[in-house]
Amino acid sequence: MEERQQGTTTRAKNTVKQAFIASLPVMAGYIVLGMGFGILLQDKGYTWPWALLMGVTIYAGSMQYVAVDLLAAGASLISVVLMTVMVQIRHLFYGITLLKKYEKAGKFKPYMIFGLTDETYSLVSRPELPENVDEYKYYFYLTMMNHSYWIIGDVLGVIVGSSFAFNSAGVDFAMTALFVVIFVEQWESAKSHLPAITGIVITAICRLLFDADTFLIPSMIGITVALFLEKRQLEKVLPAEDEAGEAVAEAKTAEAITEAETAGTVPEDTAQKDTAASSMKMTAEEGVTHD
Amino acid sequence: MIDVSKSLAIIAVTAVVTALIRFSPFLIFHKGTPKPILYLGKVLPHAVMGMLVVYCLKNTSFISAPFGAPELLAILFVVIVHKWRHNTLLSVAGGTICYMLLVQVVFA
Repeated sequence: MEERQQGTTTRAKNTVKQAFIASLPVMAGYIVLGMGFGILLQDKGYTWPWALLMGVTIYAGSMQYVAVDLLAAGASLISVVLMTVMVQIRHLFYGITLLKKYEKAGKFKPYMIFGLTDETYSLVSRPELPENVDEYKYYFYLTMMNHSYWIIGDVLGVIVGSSFAFNSAGVDFAMTALFVVIFVEQWESAKSHLPAITGIVITAICRLLFDADTFLIPSMIGITVALFLEKRQLEKVLPAEDEAGEAVAEAKTAEAITEAETAGTVPEDTAQKDTAASSMKMTAEEGVTHD
Repeated sequence: MIDVSKSLAIIAVTAVVTALIRFSPFLIFHKGTPKPILYLGKVLPHAVMGMLVVYCLKNTSFISAPFGAPELLAILFVVIVHKWRHNTLLSVAGGTICYMLLVQVVFA
């Protein structure tokens, strides 16, 4: 009985420890990007409780950058809804690939879904789990740790931004720079550049036709219509329709590796594992940029 | 800063829509996702990032001095630095400092 209890305690401790280790790459990224958000927010006249509120309730990197702009402009709620949908729609697909994995997460599930940012997704969708951890608690802690780094960064940004007197003219460019970075990364990995070009051209045309406060909604409609018009052409280069997409592929690779390992075939598999590990690391690092 | 209740409303709407998007697969799509949605999920993120870059330039004038030079130069800086190091933090921080120098010193 005592022994069993001890085992449980070690396992619980190890779960926290492993989650913390896995979350470390996200820590630096979230604190710095969170601070960028905080600095922008205080520049528009908001104090730290606002950053805390947004970090806790919205918890979405690029969307919070956009929200600063929506707040500064006093945007209409309908354009807030549309903008959020456009910026966050990719998160729909994270959920689709995790339907099975999170199926039995129980009481942890709602929070794990709420906190499914790009970075957290890239960590929880890794095919292998560290040894001796409680699966769902591990995902739960990971989600919570990433969330707390983001909140700390948000609040720190406001405090740093408002306590050091500096000429903040141009600090808004942090948002542009972040989007340019994500754009470059997507461009490099894209099978077709048509969607990216469509986004730029249609938005630019709409900006010429409408004024700065109203061009976004026509842009969104125009982009959606254009993407459906380009569907036949794009589907030739896109991977085949597959609901679980990459997650399935990833899981299969992991399975193959595990099977090969158990079978005891060594050299080739080690190489394969290295590739898988480095590609996973890339996913985690890439993740840092996307949210 | 706009008034408190409008600010709270914008934050609440952003938070609710974000959460709805994250929860919807678990609520709606556990039996399969409609093809048009799957298609949009593949292509829309790329188009949206292009849209957001243009959105950031919405108040930049290209027909009067300095003709968007600080923005274009700083974007070029970000692209080059990012292609070179692929380090998000370096690219974002460096690009922002570059832009701040351009508007505060060079094109002041």
